[in-house]
Amino acid sequence: MAEAGGVSVRKAFTTGLWTENPSLRLLLGMCPTLAVTTAVRPALTMGCSVIFVLVCSNIAVSLMRNLLKPHLRILMFTLTIAAFVTIADLFLKAYLPEMSETLGPYIPLIIVNCIIICRSEACASQNGLVVSIVDALGMGLGFTATLCVLGSIRELLSSGKWAGFEVAPKAFTPWAGMAMPVGAFVTLGLMLGLVNLITKKKA
Amino acid sequence: MDTMTVLLMALLSMIIVNNMVFTKFLGTCPYLGVSGRLDMAFGMGCAVTFVTGLSGTLTWLIDHLVLQRYGLQVMQYVAFIVVIAGAVQLVEMYVRKFFPALYSSFGIFLPLISTNCVVLGICLFINLWEVGTLAEAVVLSVGAGLGFTLAICIMAGIRENLALADVPVCLKGAPITLITAGLLTLAFMGFAGMI
Repeated sequence: MAEAGGVSVRKAFTTGLWTENPSLRLLLGMCPTLAVTTAVRPALTMGCSVIFVLVCSNIAVSLMRNLLKPHLRILMFTLTIAAFVTIADLFLKAYLPEMSETLGPYIPLIIVNCIIICRSEACASQNGLVVSIVDALGMGLGFTATLCVLGSIRELLSSGKWAGFEVAPKAFTPWAGMAMPVGAFVTLGLMLGLVNLITKKKA
Repeated sequence: MDTMTVLLMALLSMIIVNNMVFTKFLGTCPYLGVSGRLDMAFGMGCAVTFVTGLSGTLTWLIDHLVLQRYGLQVMQYVAFIVVIAGAVQLVEMYVRKFFPALYSSFGIFLPLISTNCVVLGICLFINLWEVGTLAEAVVLSVGAGLGFTLAICIMAGIRENLALADVPVCLKGAPITLITAGLLTLAFMGFAGMI
């Protein structure tokens, strides 16, 4: 593929945001999607870390795409990603220690987040720098948006708060189940159903 | 309690009470993707159990004997990934040599074990829980693999029957699988506090 003009750059961006939204349409990166969305703040932190790692690794992979040997490809991808995840992890430990504590092992688990490897393989190893960066931004933002929506729903229903602020009236009874694994699975399942419904209507 | 009891408890807790899929959401991708057929799910579970056992043990050794001694914890993630990729390569060669039919039916899913969150997850959790002895590390990592096998087999069994059910059109496929998984986690929550 050639270096992109304006149209295909925009297309690369919107693909990630909606038509191929990683969590809602491609079902990639399910573990963090389910695990960190008990509230909005950890979801947002997770999303930002993933955007950082995704952009950096796409840049690196795109730059070295002509040097890669096919059978060592995946290993090179994961090593690149591991290096950037280490940076993100150390940054969070230094500047947002509480958040780092909450997210725990899910930050290092970004290394095996399928979204990043999938984008390295499907986009960055075949495309130039510009397309790779835009694609990473689109995918990352799509992922973050999904995480935040899921986090908002679960936090509102499980505690009546949004990002730590009280919003629900006093009479509201918190749904304990929403904070537990079952809340994550069922809410995401219903969200996927809703997205299917919307896309069917459009088509 | 003597050592044997502690180890047995740890094994049971990893399989049932702290099941990686149901309580930590690790390994959800293959859990939703592969588990369409029971025999394939079981094969996948065995491969993952072997890889978790091997890499959990090896990463504990590397972490304690090399990284901590020389203050190289920054390299932890990179070292873990290299060990896991090596272990997966080993399994891939073994399966290709001795079970060619299984190998061809797995296709891309076998090399993808190296990006299975269960494997890296258990290495990280062993590190996080500050597991003191090698025996405990071995038991915990094998237990995590067995727990994954249990989860993926239950799900495959349910999905074989789900194919016959009349599900609303927009919930077909992944959504209904997720909701089923949610109900399964509720069942497994009944075990909480058992150990």
